[in-house]
Order: sequence, then structure tokens, then C-alpha cells
Amino acid sequence: MHEYSITELAAGLERGDFTSRELTGHYLERIRRHDGTLNSFISVTEEAALARAEAADARRARGEAGPLTGVPIAHKDIFCTDGVRTSCGSRMLDNFIAPYDAHVVERLDEAGAVMLGKTNMDEFAMGSSNETSFYGPVSNPWDTAAVPGGSSGGSAAAVAARLTPAATGTDTGGSIRQPASMCGISGLKPTYGRVSRYGMVAFASSLDQGGPMARSAEDLAVLLGAMAGFDHRDSTSVQREVPDYRATLGDDIRGLRIGLPAEYFGEGLDAGVRAAIDEAVAALRAEGAEITEVSLPNTHLAVPVYYVIAPAEASSNLSRFDGVRFGYRCEDPRGLEDLYTRSRGEGFGDEVKRRIMVGTYALSAGYYDAYYLKAQQVRRMIRDDFTRAFEDVDVILGPVAPTPAFDIGEKADDPVQMYLSDIYTLAVNLAGLPGLSVPAGFANGRPVGMQLIGNYFDEARLLNVGHRFQQATDWHTRAPGDFA
Amino acid sequence: MSLDASAVAHIAHLARLGIDESAVPDYARNLSEIIDFVEQLSGVDTGDVEPLAHPLEMGQRLRPDEVSETDQRERFQAIAPATEAGLYLVPRVIE
Repeated sequence: MHEYSITELAAGLERGDFTSRELTGHYLERIRRHDGTLNSFISVTEEAALARAEAADARRARGEAGPLTGVPIAHKDIFCTDGVRTSCGSRMLDNFIAPYDAHVVERLDEAGAVMLGKTNMDEFAMGSSNETSFYGPVSNPWDTAAVPGGSSGGSAAAVAARLTPAATGTDTGGSIRQPASMCGISGLKPTYGRVSRYGMVAFASSLDQGGPMARSAEDLAVLLGAMAGFDHRDSTSVQREVPDYRATLGDDIRGLRIGLPAEYFGEGLDAGVRAAIDEAVAALRAEGAEITEVSLPNTHLAVPVYYVIAPAEASSNLSRFDGVRFGYRCEDPRGLEDLYTRSRGEGFGDEVKRRIMVGTYALSAGYYDAYYLKAQQVRRMIRDDFTRAFEDVDVILGPVAPTPAFDIGEKADDPVQMYLSDIYTLAVNLAGLPGLSVPAGFANGRPVGMQLIGNYFDEARLLNVGHRFQQATDWHTRAPGDFA
Repeated sequence: MSLDASAVAHIAHLARLGIDESAVPDYARNLSEIIDFVEQLSGVDTGDVEPLAHPLEMGQRLRPDEVSETDQRERFQAIAPATEAGLYLVPRVIE
């Protein structure tokens, strides 16, 4: 059952080949058997999952089923889930039982999806390897010595290992696309504002965006259709109709103009990754796409811009964790200042503290213009690069990450090297564009992802190109041997 | 430019972050590397480019000034470290 796509699962449930109770039980059993090795889940909500599965079966029996009714899903532990611990991978929220559901969780619940549990992640989504989690690192199902990528590393590993058919993720600088790439699954970061941020623990509010992770573009289309839409509780939620993403999946891509940014194929790109992407480009050309070169001249500035803006926003957002209203509080505070300082010092891990301090420094008196304002100016230049490129092409294509998954521990002590692994994904968040990662082969036995970047609200086209690519190739059907 | 131990202590204080004395040299080294790395922005000619704060540059929505949320104080305070009579408790600040 765990090799079926979401569409196949829905059809199987509808035909009565299996019930959601059986399907959910099957996945829970797989989690029990395999997650000791992977550590991809922080919480498994077994009892609630089985109860929800039974409710989904009843709903189907009444003839009220939708495309996700009875289909299991896992939520990144950054999404608030009413009555269930929402840790955000941090000691700070280890005791936090969310008192409400995130909009995304609400939407997927309404669509009938059955939550299996909450997935592991870098602490407060700050990381590219899932090594900063308070709950320990996650292993990559393709090679347990390798990281799964991050920050949505638990979601990516769980989907790749067939412990869930689908998962939610969030992407502030590549946190859906990069782990999807490193685990050989598909992941979509929607246009900023397409999916509500309500109930999603905030990291950098002008960059954060939730999105789906699954095995194929077709599955992502079903999931995004359920997740996307206006929410008045998110002040940056966009009031715009949600198209039927499935309806255009099979559209012909003859004549589609695909641009390859020269800057994404330069120094630092692993030869094996390059070879896989070249082959993927050839497959799309064979489908009739027209390939041209484009230029995104400010690409090299995306990492420094991001590492001013994201920490600055984070330092402000994370000031809410003060040991007073919820979350971790230190023992025996000697005064209010001591309460704040020790609760935050003990509750946050090293990488989170580093970023709060970088952001605090960048926003502090005397430095604001030199760092924050300057970064926002360059942010516009990066955005304008994309605007110009999209005058000539429909989709931009490149690698997701410069290398396949690296080893656990390899970059843990070198923040700047770690940051550089997001060099091809950060600019998409700075511009607010949608980006899709789909499996495109292997390098040194580890998966390689191809990134497709679209114009604003052009998710349907990205999914269309991803789907056509997956009709012509079979990378997305490969399963890691130990978890087949 | 590089951050020394006293600069790290100052920033940590601004952010109300308790940092172990023994960890300060590591933070000073890591933060200096990050700051040095982002320093390359200072060489970019940004002229009179308008800063971009929000990717879609949209305005803020307005809504009628009506009560839309119900009182959930008990629910929210159930997860607080310390409360009494509907109030959040913190160490005494006024003697």
C-alpha cells in the first residue's frame, strides 16, 4: 500500500480495496519499524490517527469523501496542532501543547487527511541539515550516514522512506526544496502569500511559506489544492482564486520557454549534480521545451542578503519567547531580567542563539543602515533580476543544491559553509516566487533534485512541467532499498 | 571587522540571551565569520534603489472594527508556566 500515490490511495479507498483504518495502521506500523533508525518523527499521534481514520471511513461511506479523505499525512512540527505538542524542534517549546490548529492543518483536516504525527526539523527551522533539532539529527533514508537536508528534514525523510505518503513543510530559504532534493522526493514552495502562515511558528515573516512534500508533482497538486487559499488571520495572505492544479498537469509543454541561469551552473557545483541536471534538461527538451540561457547577475549576493534579513526578522519574532506566557521557563529565576535571560539562554540551541545575535546586531543602533537597509536594497535588485528573466522565459531551471546530501557532522561547526548550501534556493524566497524540487537522478549514490522556479502564482505551470518530467523519467518512483 | 568577547556579551544582553562564559569565544568566532561574510554587501552599488521589505509590496488590508475573537484566557493560560487569578506571574519587579 505504501507505494501508491495519493491519487491511487484515494481510488483504492473509494473502491473499498482497503479502509483508511487499515491504511493508517499500515503506516503506523512502518513508523514503528523504521523510525528508530531515521528519527524523522518527534511525535506519533497513533490513537488520534486511528480515530480520524475511522471517521474518514464513515465519511466515505456517507458519500462525502474528497480527494484526501482517509489519506495519511504528517505535519512538520512547526504547524500548531490543537491539543498536540508543537515543539518546533526546540527545548523552548518542548512542553508547548498548541491551543489551536494552524490554517494549513485545519484545511487538510477538512479535506479528510489523517495526521500520523509531527515531523522532526531544525530548531525553529534554522538549519540546512536537520542537525540543530533538540530531538537529535534525522538520517537520510538513502544513506543513514548522510543528513536529510533541512529544515524540513523529518518530513522529507519520512516521505522518502514511505512512512507517510505526504507531509507538510515550510520554506524560508530552501527548507522544503533542499531536503526534498536530498531525499529524492518532490516538494513545492508556493508563492509568498499563497498558503496562510496562521499557526505556523514564525521564523522570518517576509520569507516564510508553507507547502507540500510528497513523491510526485501530481501528489503535490492534490495537496496544494487543499492547503492554498485566503485566510483573514494572516495579514499577508493573498486574495486570489486557487486554480485546479490537477486539471493542467498533463498539458503539453511544447514551446515552453525554459531559462537556465548561468550563475546556477558555475563554480562550486558538484560534477555529478551538474550531469544529472544536464540530463534532466535534455529530457525536457525532448518533450518540446525550448531551452535558453538567462542571467540572474546578483545571485552571489543572495546568501549575504538572506543572512541579514532572515536573522533580523528572527530576532524580532523570537523575542516572544520570554518564559512568561508559554514555553520553557528556567528554574528559580532571581528576577525578571534573570527570567528572560536564562529561559532564553537555556531554551534556545546554539544556531538559534547565533541567528538571534546576528539579527540583533544588524538591527542595533548605528548598524541598521549598513546592514538591514542595505540588504533590503539588494533584495530588490535580486527580485528585479527575476522580473527581467521572466520577460523572456516561462520557467527557470537549475539545481536545488550545489551538492548531494553531505555527511552528518560534516558542516555542523561551520555556519557559513552550511549557509552556502542554500545558494540556489534563497533568492526565490527573497523574491517571493514559487519553486519546485523534483528528483532528477543521483550523484555518488545520493539523490539530486532539479529546481523549477516560476513567476508569481504560477504553481500550476511548475506542477505541469514537473509532472511531464515525471511522465518521461522514473526518478520519483525510486525507493531507498532499506525502506522498500 | 571582528566581534570580540565584550561585543558578544553586549549583543547577548540586548537580545536577553544567557550565554555561558565558556561559550563566548566560539560565539565570537562564529558571529565574526558571519558578519565578515555579509560585509560584502557594503561593496555593492545600490545607488537610490528602494529597499524591498515585502516581496509582493502589497498594502495592509483593513477590516471593520468589530469583535471577532472570543475570550479563551483559560485555555491559553493553561499552558503558561505560572498564573494566578487570570494573571501571568513573574518574579517581583517592585519591592
